Amino acid sequence: MTATAPPEAPPEIDLGGEARSRRTDRGFTGLVALAGLTVLIVLGLILVTTSVQAWPAIAADPIEFLTGTTWDPNEEIFGTLGFLYGTLVTSLIAMIIAVPVSIGIALFITEVAHRRSRKYIVTIVDLLATVPSVVFGLVGSIVLIPWVQPIYQWWAGVVAPVPGLNVIFDETNTGRNYFTAGLILAVMCIPIITSISREVFATVPDIDKQGAYALGATRWEMIKGAILPHSFGGLVGASMLGLGRAMGETIAVALVIGGAIGVNTNLFAPGNTMAAVIAQQWGESGGLHTDALIGIGVVLFAITVLINFLARVVVRRAEIQMKGAHS
Amino acid sequence: MKLNRRTIFGTLTAGALAMSMAACGGGSDDNGADGEMVSGEITGSGASFPDAFYAAAIEAYAEVNPDLIVTYNAVGSGTGKSEFGEGLNDFAGSDSLVKDDDGPEAGSFQYIPTVAAPITVSYNLPGVEGLQLDQETLANIFQGAITAWNDPAIAATNEGVTLPDTAITVAHRSDGSGTTSNFTKFLDEATDAWTLGSGDEVTWPEGSIGGEKNTGVAQVITQTEGAIGYVDLADATETKLVTAAIENADGAFIQPTLEATTAALDGAEVADDLSYNPLNAAGAETYPIVAPTYILLRTDYEDEEVAAGVKEFVNYLLTDGQDIATDNYFAPLPAGLQEQALAALNETIA
Repeated sequence: MTATAPPEAPPEIDLGGEARSRRTDRGFTGLVALAGLTVLIVLGLILVTTSVQAWPAIAADPIEFLTGTTWDPNEEIFGTLGFLYGTLVTSLIAMIIAVPVSIGIALFITEVAHRRSRKYIVTIVDLLATVPSVVFGLVGSIVLIPWVQPIYQWWAGVVAPVPGLNVIFDETNTGRNYFTAGLILAVMCIPIITSISREVFATVPDIDKQGAYALGATRWEMIKGAILPHSFGGLVGASMLGLGRAMGETIAVALVIGGAIGVNTNLFAPGNTMAAVIAQQWGESGGLHTDALIGIGVVLFAITVLINFLARVVVRRAEIQMKGAHS
Repeated sequence: MKLNRRTIFGTLTAGALAMSMAACGGGSDDNGADGEMVSGEITGSGASFPDAFYAAAIEAYAEVNPDLIVTYNAVGSGTGKSEFGEGLNDFAGSDSLVKDDDGPEAGSFQYIPTVAAPITVSYNLPGVEGLQLDQETLANIFQGAITAWNDPAIAATNEGVTLPDTAITVAHRSDGSGTTSNFTKFLDEATDAWTLGSGDEVTWPEGSIGGEKNTGVAQVITQTEGAIGYVDLADATETKLVTAAIENADGAFIQPTLEATTAALDGAEVADDLSYNPLNAAGAETYPIVAPTYILLRTDYEDEEVAAGVKEFVNYLLTDGQDIATDNYFAPLPAGLQEQALAALNETIA
C-alpha cells in the first residue's frame, strides 16, 4: 500500500439541515447493515435447511458418504468421492489454464495495449462473461468434443512411455471427459479473472512503476518487481472468484463430462462433478436419493467455504512476505 | 443513445400492446360458442419422456377449448410425483409406478395410461444396417462383456453380415431417466445374464460414455464409431440413427416401430390399477423394449372446476389426442386399453 496522507478535513459548512441529515444518515447505516446481514442470513438458512434435508442420507453412514466411490441409488448406496474428485480435478485443470492466460490478458490490457484499443479488448473479454453457460456446454459437446478427441488420442500415444504421465493421460474413446470439462470451465473463468486482475493492476501506483523504470528496469522487470508483488492478494482473490465459478458450474459440465461414476486417474476418461450430478439426477430422484443429492450440495458448499478460507490465509501470509520489503 | 433507448422502448410497448389486444380479441370471439366447455386453469408436472406429446396435445387442445388453460411442466417423474404428493399440481405425469417414499399416498391417485413409445437400440457402424440382436447378447454388450463388433455372439444372429472388429462403445444417459429405468428393467427381466440391476441410473461399465438426455446419447452415437446406445424413437429418427432389430419374447427380431409398440401394449397384461408392463410382451409382432407413461389423477379433487378441467383434458388425450401421438413418435393405446383408461377416468372423476 502506498501511504497517501488523509485529505485535510474541509471547513464545515452549515447547510441548515443538520437534524434531518443525521436522521437520514442513521437510516442509511441501518439499511446498509441490513443488506449486509441479509447475505449472512440467507447463507445460514441455506446451510441449515439443506443440512436438515440431507441428514437422513448422510447420517446412515457419514464416512461412506464422503469417501465411498460407489453411487448406486437403486441399492441406496451413496458414496460421493467420485463427484468430489471430478469437481476438484476439473476446477484444477480450469485454474491451471485460466489463471496464467487471464493475468496475461490483464497485463496486456493495462501495460502493453495501445490506450485507444484498450477499451475494445476490455469489451470483448467482458462479452465472453455474458455468454450463457449452456451455450458453452453446447459448443463443447457439438463442436469441441469431436475435434479434440483425436488430439487426446494422439497425446496419450505420445506420453505412453512416460511413467506417471501415462496414468494421467491414457487411451480414450471419447472427448467427453474431465479434461474437456476443464477446458470449457477455463474459458468460462477467463473473463472473470481477467476483469478483476485488470482492476487490481490499475491500482498499482504510477510512482512505483515509474520508479522501477527509473532504476533501469525493463518492462518485464517492472511488471515482476512493481506490479505483481503489489497485486498478489488481488490476483488470488480474482482466481478464487474464478474457482468458485468453476466448482459451481453445472450445465456446461453436465453436457461434456460424460457422466461416469467413480474416481478415474485418467483425465481423458468420463467422470462427473458434484454440481452436474445434482442437476442430472434431481428430476427423477425420490426419497433417500433426493436427500443424498442435497447432501452433495452441502459438501460442495462446505468445500467452497473451506477453499475460500485457505485462500485468505495464503493471501495474508504472502502479502506480509512480498510487500514487507517494499513498503 | 437516449434517443435509441426510447425508440426501442416504444417499439416494445407497441408490440406488447398489439399482442395483448390480439389475445383479448381471440378470447372474446370464442366466448359462448359452446356452453358446456369447461374453463379455468389446470397444471400438471412430471415425466419429460412424454413431454413432446403432451405439449403438442395441449397446443391442439387450446384450439378446441381455449377457455381451459393447461400447463405441463416436464420436471421429471420423481419431482412430478413428489409435487403431486404435496398438492402442488393437479395431475402428475410419470413413467414409473409410485413407490412408498415417492410422495403420493396409496389410494390417493389413479393411473391413467396415455401413450407408449419404443426405446430403440441405435448404433454407429458404417456399412452395417439391420443388425439383429438377441436379448442375451444385448445384455452382454451393454454390461461390457462383449467388447468387439465381430464377436461370435453377434455374428450368430447376423448371418451374411460382415462385421468389423471395431471396439464397442456403450452410450448411456448421464441424467437420471425413466428411459434408462425401462431399458435396464427389460434387460433385468428378460435375461439371466444382466448383472447391473435396473433403475433411473445404473453404474455402467468403464469406458462407456454418458450423454445428456436422449439428444446427448444420440450425439454420442453419431460422434463415436462403434458406439451403441438406447435412444427414444423421436431422437433416433430425427438424427437418422441406425436401429437394431431386437429379439422379442416369441423369438422374432423386430425393428422399433410404432405399430410394433402398440402391438406390445396389446400383448401386455394390464393390472387392476391400470398399471401394465409392456416389456418383453407376448406376440409375434411386438417390439420388446417399450416404455409406458401414465398420468396420475387425484381420487378426490377439492375444487370441482379443476376436477372438471382435468377430466376434460385427459379425456381429450385419450380420444382425439391419440391421433397427435404418432406425429410425435409415440404409439397410441390399443382399443382395449383405451376403453379401460376412459372407464377409469369416468369412475375417478364423476
